[in-house]
Amino acid sequence: MSFQLETATVASDTLRRVAIDPVSRVEGHGKVTILLDEDNKVHQVRLHIVEFRGFERFIQGRPYWEVPVMVQRLCGICPVSHHLAASKALDLIVGATTLTPTADRMRRLMHYGQILQSHALHFFHLSSPDLLFGFESEPGRRNIVGVAEQFPDIARKGILLRKYGQEVIRLTAGKRVHGTGAVPGGVNRSLSGAERQLLLRDAYQMIAWSREAVEIVRRIHEQDPTLYDSFGSFESNFMGMVAPDGSLDLYDGALRARDADGRILFDQVDYQTYDSLIMEEVKPWTYMKFPYLAALGPERGWYRVGPLARVQNCDSIPTPFADHERRTLLAYAGERPMHATLGYHWARMIEMLFAAETIKDLLHDDDIEGDELMVSGARRREGVGVIEAPRGTLFHHYQVGDDDLVTMANLIVSTTNNNQAMNAAVREVARRYLDGRELTEGLLNHIEVAIRAYDPCLSCATHALGRMPLEVRLVDAAGEELDRRCRQ
Amino acid sequence: MSIRTPPPILVFGWGNPSRGDDALGPLFIDALAGRALPGVECLTDFQLQVEHALDLRDRQRVLFVDASVDVGHPFEVSTVLPARDTSFTTHAVSPQVVLSVFEDLERCPPPPSTLLAIRGEQWALGTEPSPQAMARLAAALDWAQAWCTTSPPAPEGG
Repeated sequence: MSFQLETATVASDTLRRVAIDPVSRVEGHGKVTILLDEDNKVHQVRLHIVEFRGFERFIQGRPYWEVPVMVQRLCGICPVSHHLAASKALDLIVGATTLTPTADRMRRLMHYGQILQSHALHFFHLSSPDLLFGFESEPGRRNIVGVAEQFPDIARKGILLRKYGQEVIRLTAGKRVHGTGAVPGGVNRSLSGAERQLLLRDAYQMIAWSREAVEIVRRIHEQDPTLYDSFGSFESNFMGMVAPDGSLDLYDGALRARDADGRILFDQVDYQTYDSLIMEEVKPWTYMKFPYLAALGPERGWYRVGPLARVQNCDSIPTPFADHERRTLLAYAGERPMHATLGYHWARMIEMLFAAETIKDLLHDDDIEGDELMVSGARRREGVGVIEAPRGTLFHHYQVGDDDLVTMANLIVSTTNNNQAMNAAVREVARRYLDGRELTEGLLNHIEVAIRAYDPCLSCATHALGRMPLEVRLVDAAGEELDRRCRQ
Repeated sequence: MSIRTPPPILVFGWGNPSRGDDALGPLFIDALAGRALPGVECLTDFQLQVEHALDLRDRQRVLFVDASVDVGHPFEVSTVLPARDTSFTTHAVSPQVVLSVFEDLERCPPPPSTLLAIRGEQWALGTEPSPQAMARLAAALDWAQAWCTTSPPAPEGG
């Protein structure tokens, strides 16, 4: 099936093509193509992203116990999420259906450290330049250095929040990068008293700064509701994981989905059955699949994941400051869920606050220093691990043979879950801001602003120097290049 | 987080160990750390990031090490200065931006910094570094050891 503006309905040789390649300030290589006619009327918009397709093969044939470490190399930005999702799936392979309290707390601490640092990076370094300076501001200032110049306190706090999250990861994973903290069946370390105190020393400061961050983004949203409520807004279902009591839990729980009106579509579904719940559609113009809820079909069943979905999908947040902010967002949205793409920033900061509060709570839990680290049980051949990664729901599914080698691996990553949503966002923005207008860098940045709100992560840790310019090419109907702009 | 005084020389290499020649940065760090040079701290990460500006505090010199397609054989060395470039194209940033962020955070000039760019050619996931890249790595390590153990020239006017 095809959505509006996905495929041009007039002959493509009568249109000219604009490519934003790669999309800047997203992880990995993204490309947006726009087909315009002579009057600059938009006929087709597509977000193409080359993503994980080779990764399953990378994993197959490896001993299962290597997987939690090696999957971290899939991604330079969210290695901890892959580390934990793989460990959760492989817990089942070793029969560890319930972890020890210490293992559970250590993994949660690692995960919320990852949420904190990732959300801090995204908001302060990647998105705040757009939000603080404006989408069409001078491009040379629209970056973190510009923020550091004009808003040094905000930039400094963002960096220190991220650094703190990295410290949490280092102390729970055992290393600054390529950590080994989680293993099938548990963890291989707990915190020492000194490590616990080191993290506790700054935990309350992180909560305070996270509260300020929520305040910043809420004020930005409230000061220009016309823009923020409508920019890239479209209706969709939402999906995510919730705890048994319906509260927000980013480490473990069961799946829940709501429709565009906020009505629950399903709830407390065991994620071991995800492959009967979710199907994936393939399109000829992109490598990235389009997941949808099987019961609703591809046209009505696509959904959004990540902060905006999670904050509205849950019934509560189990930490007081974050729950207060969740209720503020819901009150602002009114009777129906917030569907505005830029609402992701607001929800993301609420989650960052939730992470900071949860880190503090975990550091006050004596189980974090326990010495019962591992459990095992009856061996199984198959396991699914799901985690709410910073960008959304992340699925890892493995089958393991009697020789301990992985025979099947399937990953549905957060960005893939948001594929249709990101395409919908860029089409909405193109229709509203680009249609019939002469293209400028500022206008094209509107497209990127919409994509960046979802914080897509494409595991492109190869980053050789000088390899990531933003290139915009204008090509006529005959394929001849008319103009080129390159942002080095 | 830490109140310790860091070693005066920081060598920071980055890259993904599972993406062919992109592994040159972390391999370089592993090998140099194995030489246990006095006064030298070796750090690595997948990508260079803004918070790495904090690792530059209280250093006398910094050596950044990365794989690059845009340099000659076997490696190139250049001085890095703070720059407000627009390398914010992904979650990663350039060494120039790290220095610039340091200036903004610390309100003082960053430590003198050098970039060691080792030539690489292939970056596919799951591949080993090429033999040619490994040979360049060995040459780069010898150069870096000399750099770490040689007193820096006195600053102009100093």
